[in-house]
Order: sequence, then structure tokens, then C-alpha cells
Amino acid sequence: MLYSHVITERFRRPRFRGALPEADARFEDVNPLCGDRIRIECRLAEGRVADARFAGDSCAICAASADLLLEMVLGQPAEFAHGVSVERLLEKLEADIRPSRMKCVTLPLSVLQGALNGKAVAR
Amino acid sequence: MTLGEQCRRDFPILARTVNGHPLVYLDSAASSQKPAQVIEAVQRYYERSHSNVHRSIHTLGEEATELYEAARDAVRGFIGARFREEIVFTRGTTDAINLVAQAVGRTLQPGDEILVTEMEHHSNLIPWQMACRDHAAVLKAVPVLEGAYLDMDAFHRLLSPRTRVVAVTHVSNVLGTINPVGEIARKTRDAGALLLVDGAQAAPHLALDVAALGADFYVFSGHKMLGPTGIGVLYGRREVLERLEPAWGGGEMIKEVWIDRAQWNDLPWRFEPGTPPIAGAVGLHAAVEYLGKLGMERVSAHERALTGQCLEALARIPEVTLYGPMNPEVRGAVVAFNVHGLHPHDGAALLDQRGIAVRAGHHCAQPLMKRLGIVGTLRASFSVYNTAVDVERLAQAVGALGDEL
Repeated sequence: MLYSHVITERFRRPRFRGALPEADARFEDVNPLCGDRIRIECRLAEGRVADARFAGDSCAICAASADLLLEMVLGQPAEFAHGVSVERLLEKLEADIRPSRMKCVTLPLSVLQGALNGKAVAR
Repeated sequence: MTLGEQCRRDFPILARTVNGHPLVYLDSAASSQKPAQVIEAVQRYYERSHSNVHRSIHTLGEEATELYEAARDAVRGFIGARFREEIVFTRGTTDAINLVAQAVGRTLQPGDEILVTEMEHHSNLIPWQMACRDHAAVLKAVPVLEGAYLDMDAFHRLLSPRTRVVAVTHVSNVLGTINPVGEIARKTRDAGALLLVDGAQAAPHLALDVAALGADFYVFSGHKMLGPTGIGVLYGRREVLERLEPAWGGGEMIKEVWIDRAQWNDLPWRFEPGTPPIAGAVGLHAAVEYLGKLGMERVSAHERALTGQCLEALARIPEVTLYGPMNPEVRGAVVAFNVHGLHPHDGAALLDQRGIAVRAGHHCAQPLMKRLGIVGTLRASFSVYNTAVDVERLAQAVGALGDEL
């Protein structure tokens, strides 16, 4: 098996894929390696991530990473969401990720941070 | 024995296994593997003759200089250039295009136009974007039609008295399209502009005659044509190179230097400042000798057959979308494709598990990806050492990809 069970399962049946029209924080960015683009939208309430969705055409690792990340931060304070580490995400993905694919894991993380930092949508 | 079976034995790396499978290397368009003849030539050079070139007054220096300049003569013959002064060694195709864009860029006036195409590799686009930005020139692009061919009507329309440079790839690194560079050369010359042809995907596969082609610049890399990394070639028409100021300064590119000025060296050294990639040139010499012995017509026919076999085999798989011309007669040795529902990087990772090396992604051709409306593709590409078995193994693995993720 190429990817972990967590990755294939999240890729096949994502729980947080979609759009969030009522979002008050959103950001998107590109993985320069492959041109993949991920957008994350969040609704914040009382300093917590009340809802979140991701969208984008991406590989299985990137989609799974985004899906899992949003599950991890849902209901959590924004500061928690901001501080999720790559190591924690890798642990949850139960995956041995090669250096060439690490950006696929980390892109959703930096996009979420961008959204919470109130960055304007890139491009 | 086919050419592929005959050549395979010369490439030591093809004996290795990857992830428990015999390696099937289908990424030669990114970088080809090296025959023992090239590896040994480089090793022999380092073990016996290495020294700096041109000014070392000792035996090794003379040997290194002889080897370096012999490589120039070999390349001249291989591509059909008239004069050795027309062969400038660079670090690669990208380096060569940047050299030309810098040097020609300095002659641009505000409002001058550079004409590229939508199917250019970033290396034949970004240097021109930079030149245009620096000199207030205008960049225009010939569109791609039917996901495969240059819109030649648009080319004729876009070519104007303001056009100073046309920069076009000979063979698309994604679509494989062989562009009508002869016609483009005639029209460009009629318009009084300079033509640069990016031959990175052509020089390893097609018999070249740059003098007959009529391009002002023809550029390519050693590492895609069985040679080492770090060496490339800028062919420049002598009359054109003579008029150009050097792009970069340094040692060796001068005749005489004062504190406030310098007199440039003769061609081709005027464009080769600093210590050149000597071992790279030695290796490239061995590579063009290897290809020359095989005969480029034979190499082309061999790769065309594999490309045709690959197109046919992949077209039989319902989940596969193929890109580029479907006729292998007008196409170089690359086959870009996608598998429905599968991201190219996941596809490449799955194939790698079976020991099959293909490229995946945008192939440094993002404007073309945008035109095709896709993020990226998988890409199989062929060289002299590939065989029908390689293509069969690819097709078999691709056929099973849909179920694997």
C-alpha cells in the first residue's frame, strides 16, 4: 500500500471538503512543486473555529492533510489552530512521508495559518 | 536485437532495482541516464588530464584544453553548425537562454516585442519576461490550438515590424509536438527579428542541421542527451554573435584589460567567462559520439516506434486522457497523460512502487497547463535505452492505477 489507511480514507471520503459562504476567514495558496491550490475557509465564533471547509484540486496526501487538519481544529480556539505542528499532523496521518511530498502535508497548515492571520486571498 | 535492447547494456543504472522491481526509466525528458562510455570519459578526464583550460602552461593544462576544445568540434559536427566559433558552452539550456535574453535584451527599445508561445517551458519564458520588464518591451504569445499545435495564423499575425525576438521550442516537453521551426525561421528572418529555438527536447532525439534550419540561436542541454549535468550548448549564428555584447564578464572572455575598460575576446570564448564545465564538455563529447555512432535517424525511428506503441496502449485504457498530437510522426518522444480521478503525483508515486519512473506535475509549463485546464499530467518519455517491454510494463501498471488508491 502506497499511503497510510488514514490518507486513503480521508482522500476517498473527506469530511470537510466544500465551501463555506459565510466564512469570515479564508486563504488559498499554491504548492509550487506541482501547482496544486488549496483554499481553506473558516467561520470563527467567540475566538474559536466554529466551522471550516477546504477546496482545491490536489493529490491524496494534500487533501487528507487538509481534511484531518480541519477536524483537529474544529471547535478549538484560533490560537490552537494556529499552533498545530507538522509533527502532530504527520502523527495523525500515520504516514511515512518522503521529503519530496512534505509540501503536500504542510500546504494546508500554512493556508490555515494564512486564513487565521487574516491574509488576503492570494492571486 | 532492437536498438533499445542493444543500448540497455551500456547503461549501468538500468541494472538496478527500485522498490523491489527492475527499474523502468521513463523520465528521460527530464534527464536521461548515462552510458558507461560517458561515465568513463569523465572519470578518465579527472584521473588523467584534469586542470584548468586555456592558460595553464603545463602538460595537464594543454590536455584539458585540447579535450575541451575537441568537445566543441564534436558538438559542432553533431548539430551541423558551420563554424566552431558558433558553439558556446553554457551550464545548460536555461543558462543559454538567459545569456541570450540578457545580451539581446540590452539592445531592446521600449515598445519592442518578444514573441514566445503558450507551450514554452518556463526556461524559455521567464528570461524573456525579465528582459521585457527591464527594457519596457512587450511580451506576446502564440496560442496553442486543439491542445496540440501552435496557431500558425496567430504567429503570422503577431509577428510584426516591432518583433525583435521569436523564442520557440522545437519539441514541446509536455505535448511532444514538433513545431514547424523551419517555417518559423523563414518568417522570423523576413520580419527582421532574431529566432531562438529551444532544442532541449529535440537535440537528444532528432537529427539536427542548425545551419540549414536558419535559427539565430539554438540551445540545448547535455544531461538530456546522455551527457553529464552542468553542460549545455548555445549555438549562435556567427554574424549574430559577433554583433552581441557579452552577457556576463569575468576571466577568459577578454583580450586585454585596463582598470576602467576591457577588450572582448574572440568568439566563442567571449561568452564563456570563468572556468567552464570542462568535465561536462568531455562527457558531452562522449555522448554525441555515442549518439552519432547509433545514428540519429535510427534513434528517432526507435523512439517514434515506442511513442506510437505507448499512445496506442494507453488509449486502450478507458480512464486515460492523452495530450498532444496522436500521430507519432509529428511528435517527440514524450507522452503526457492523466488517469481519471487520480492526481498525477499520486499516480507517479504508485508507479514508482512498481519501479517505474515517470514525471508528474506541470512540467515547468504552467501557462500550457492553464490552457489545457489541468493542474498537471503524468509524463512518460523515451530514450535510446527504452524497449517495448518498458512500454508494456507502463501500460499494465497504468491500467491498474484506478483501483489502487
